[in-house]
Amino acid sequence: MATLTTPAGGAATTDRSGRSAGRHAGRRRARLDRRRLVPYLMLLPALALELLVHLVPMLYGCWMSLLRLTQFYIRNWSAAPFAGLGNYRASIDVNGAIGGDLLHSFGVTLAFTVLSVGLSWLLGTTAAVLTQHPFRGRGALRTLFLTPYALPVYAAVITWSFLLQRDTGMVNHVLVDQLHLAGDRPFWLIGGNSFGALLAVSVWRSWPFAFLCLTAGLQNVPGELYEAAAVDGAGFGRQLRGITLPMLRPVNQVLVLVLFLWTFNDFNTPYVLFGKAAPRSADLISIHIYQSSFVTWNFGLGSAMSVLLLLFLLVVTGAYLLVTSRRGDA
Amino acid sequence: MREPAWLPWARRIVLSLLALFTLAPVYVMVTSALKPLNDVQGPFHWIPSRLTVRPFVDIWHTVPLGRYFLNSVVVAGTATVCSVVVAVFAAYAVSRYRFAGRRAFTVTVLSTQMFPGILFLLPLFVIYVNIGNLTGVELYASRTGLVITYLTFSLPFSIWMLVGYFDGIPRGLDESAAVDGAGPLRTLLRVVLPAALPGVVAVAVYAFMTAWGEVLFASVMTDDTSRTLPIGLQQYSTEHDVYWNQLMAASLVVSVPVVAGFLALQRHFVAGLTAGAVK
Amino acid sequence: MTTRRFALFAVALALTTPTVAACGDDQGGSSGSGTTLTYWASNQGTSLDNDRQILRPELDKFTRQTGIKVNLEVIGWPDLLNRILAATTSGKGPDVLNIGNTWSASLQATGALLPFDGTTMSAIGGKDRFLAGSLAATGAPGKDPAAVPLYSLAYGLYYNKKLFAAAGIAEPPKTWDELVADGRKLTHDGQWGLVVEGGNVSENAHHAFTFAQQYGADFFTSGGKAQFDSAGAVAGVKRYIDFMATDKIVNPSAAEYANNQSLADFASGKAAMLLWQAADTTLKAHGMSPDDYGVAPVPFEAPTPPGGRHVDSMVAGINLAVFGNTKHRDAALAFVKFMTGDDEQKALNSTYGSMPTVKAAYADPAFQTPQIKVFQDTLAGSAAPLPAVPEESQFETLVGTAMKNLFADAASGKPITDDYVKGKLTAANQQVHAGG
Repeated sequence: MATLTTPAGGAATTDRSGRSAGRHAGRRRARLDRRRLVPYLMLLPALALELLVHLVPMLYGCWMSLLRLTQFYIRNWSAAPFAGLGNYRASIDVNGAIGGDLLHSFGVTLAFTVLSVGLSWLLGTTAAVLTQHPFRGRGALRTLFLTPYALPVYAAVITWSFLLQRDTGMVNHVLVDQLHLAGDRPFWLIGGNSFGALLAVSVWRSWPFAFLCLTAGLQNVPGELYEAAAVDGAGFGRQLRGITLPMLRPVNQVLVLVLFLWTFNDFNTPYVLFGKAAPRSADLISIHIYQSSFVTWNFGLGSAMSVLLLLFLLVVTGAYLLVTSRRGDA
Repeated sequence: MREPAWLPWARRIVLSLLALFTLAPVYVMVTSALKPLNDVQGPFHWIPSRLTVRPFVDIWHTVPLGRYFLNSVVVAGTATVCSVVVAVFAAYAVSRYRFAGRRAFTVTVLSTQMFPGILFLLPLFVIYVNIGNLTGVELYASRTGLVITYLTFSLPFSIWMLVGYFDGIPRGLDESAAVDGAGPLRTLLRVVLPAALPGVVAVAVYAFMTAWGEVLFASVMTDDTSRTLPIGLQQYSTEHDVYWNQLMAASLVVSVPVVAGFLALQRHFVAGLTAGAVK
Repeated sequence: MTTRRFALFAVALALTTPTVAACGDDQGGSSGSGTTLTYWASNQGTSLDNDRQILRPELDKFTRQTGIKVNLEVIGWPDLLNRILAATTSGKGPDVLNIGNTWSASLQATGALLPFDGTTMSAIGGKDRFLAGSLAATGAPGKDPAAVPLYSLAYGLYYNKKLFAAAGIAEPPKTWDELVADGRKLTHDGQWGLVVEGGNVSENAHHAFTFAQQYGADFFTSGGKAQFDSAGAVAGVKRYIDFMATDKIVNPSAAEYANNQSLADFASGKAAMLLWQAADTTLKAHGMSPDDYGVAPVPFEAPTPPGGRHVDSMVAGINLAVFGNTKHRDAALAFVKFMTGDDEQKALNSTYGSMPTVKAAYADPAFQTPQIKVFQDTLAGSAAPLPAVPEESQFETLVGTAMKNLFADAASGKPITDDYVKGKLTAANQQVHAGG
């Protein structure tokens, strides 16, 4: 990127020079200063909004995490006793009930996120590669694939919870009544299977986004590359490994990160699917924190857990960017 | 490209399975919305035995859906417009200027994507109430407050996407505009923006979808007059019963505008992503 | 730069300091005509809109009598607690609101609700008008009530008369052993003896309370300390889960019921018995005629376990509270007086199928039916309030969730042993202590 301080370059100052030569220099300085201000002025609205909605509340949340902010004090927060790192200690004490449950929930979330991102990526890549070349109905199919991404989350997930009902749901109708894969109707919204159910819903909702990004990425791959490879006698597999996947690397770098963050922090899907009490096998960390703060009104503890979660995400993201961009440079 | 013989078959099978996976819930949503309540409470059948449009009539008075619909349109629409304007300026500054704090700004804004909503929901709420007490500008339980919240939610991703898009537009355009005597604002509005239109559309679509579907903040920050659609949908499940058929019908009504809009504009969305995310 | 940063910081601080909206000056100043009250009603009818239709005419009556307008907002149960939380945190809330009576002590602890001390109570007609049982669930013992009872409810055993007749059962069971024996007779061909709402956390917790009481156990010590895993509590919870796990008189599907599917099952004859409160409106909506079912008191464990108490229901119901920050205290109290007045009590409770909370209303023939008698006797003689401690909501969440998981295990055929139940309850118990 060129180092360009102002888009106007030096030309503007002479065009609109003032009448008096004596004031010229002063004005020029003022104009220069004003020009220095231009980018800040342009950023100002975004910055103000980010401060108001994200940053200040977040710092405030960090402060809350140091308080014993239970129902006795939420009416008057300044009276809440200072807990120091007490909330943090309870959260990371893996032998205690709270820390142990948080660790379990963290493990579930991690497994869930890795699987969901991996599957979404796999489905997205497969579909993008298979629709790379035109065929009849391709446009319609693409449109269809994108539908889950566009559906409002509540509408989509509540529909899934309807599908996953034990007695009246479509899923068991197919699995048990039609395919006879199971003798006894399995539960999907309680017990051990709920992890699988949650995963399916999550993948259903996020793979279209992967598909969308990867389709976009594939459009940037020059056709000549494939032609040249074909001349060299490279088959489908070699073209996939040699051209398609490497060319998608920059997309993948961003896509995987974005999916990871969205999935890891996903609150809506488990909340709509399971309500306030998620089954243990699907106890995602966002819903776990919600339970620890909003349901039991212990906001100090919930905030401490949130801060730990945030730290984890910052570290992972930093490390990820470091590793992927270094590999990219090499 | 030379294709091995198995590929067309693999394509057909894989794509059909994916289509089935994608479509099944949508199909159930549509058919269940056309069934009487007794039928959705009984065992599932692919083909509805009785069809009725009653759920589509009932949804409007079981829950004041019309008012919520209006709220959602106003909130999501305003948030989208504002978000696009704010993002365009910020992204232009980041893309075209070198200034102190540029990197810090980008990193900070992007890292807000990592904030768990749970962490700042309550503080944000308190801040809104205090702003209301201090200035008289009512943000809590008002559509204004929701607009501000939602437009900020979509901001990081929007800015980031637009920076990529602006970076792809040749700087020569700006420079020749400047030679013609245009200031930064005019350059942006008259020269750069038209060239970046697909990116702007993509950002607008994203912002609208973000605001249209949000559940958590809306549940705490709205009252009966400012309530939005996703919260309205929850009300079909009452103390007595879950009106599944109405719930599905209402879900459909809520989904149609945003899905239709998204699918109509998806070409631009892809183009915007190509330039933005995939620079 | 530093000054700017400081200014930013100062603004941030100003904005984030929660205001304890300092009230106290012109409290109670405004009453009478011209005032507008905001009232948050809970969802009692078949839909929020149904509630509005029921309440609006009554509120208009109040306006005609006093000149005070009432701005009504009906809030669904999933939202209500969060909205109250938001109101408590910010001091910006309604003037009058409905709360679940089990929340009374928790909300009382926040200090957000106006205490009904002697003077306040006499302003609405005095303590003695109310049923003593209902009044017991309005706050911690020894403190001024944080609310007054509005609608009263108690659990009863709903039974399907036709199915009972078909199985040759003459009268409803009085003990759990009888219930199980009858349940076995009634369980055949896709029909089940009993139905439970196994995925519903609060419903589970309510039963945990009643069953534990029958086994002589309390979930909190008299000092307010949680003890979820006492032998009695384990036995009580296990007795309830065993209807599905060992006795097999409950459809395993019920483990995931959380949206009142049990009422649908009972109404359609898929289940012959149901433990519920005020089910009439819903059963009617499901097409079940009132002649087809009867209501009996909830059974007891026999012989009574050592220390067991004569309790077969919680004191259930909805309370009416005044928000402490209200600027219209007198008007708010006038409204509370109106809503708990004999006429409104008769009108609203008969519409909602609940029971009046004031004694005088029972003279009305509408509340002389055998069914209402059962509930009334229960409330008067064998109902006990849920523990009135600030951690009550934690009890409901933690124990209710543990039971939801136990039902899930039972439904998938896992053996439910005493140790297993105890383990779940111990884990729930630890969460309470570590939280403080």
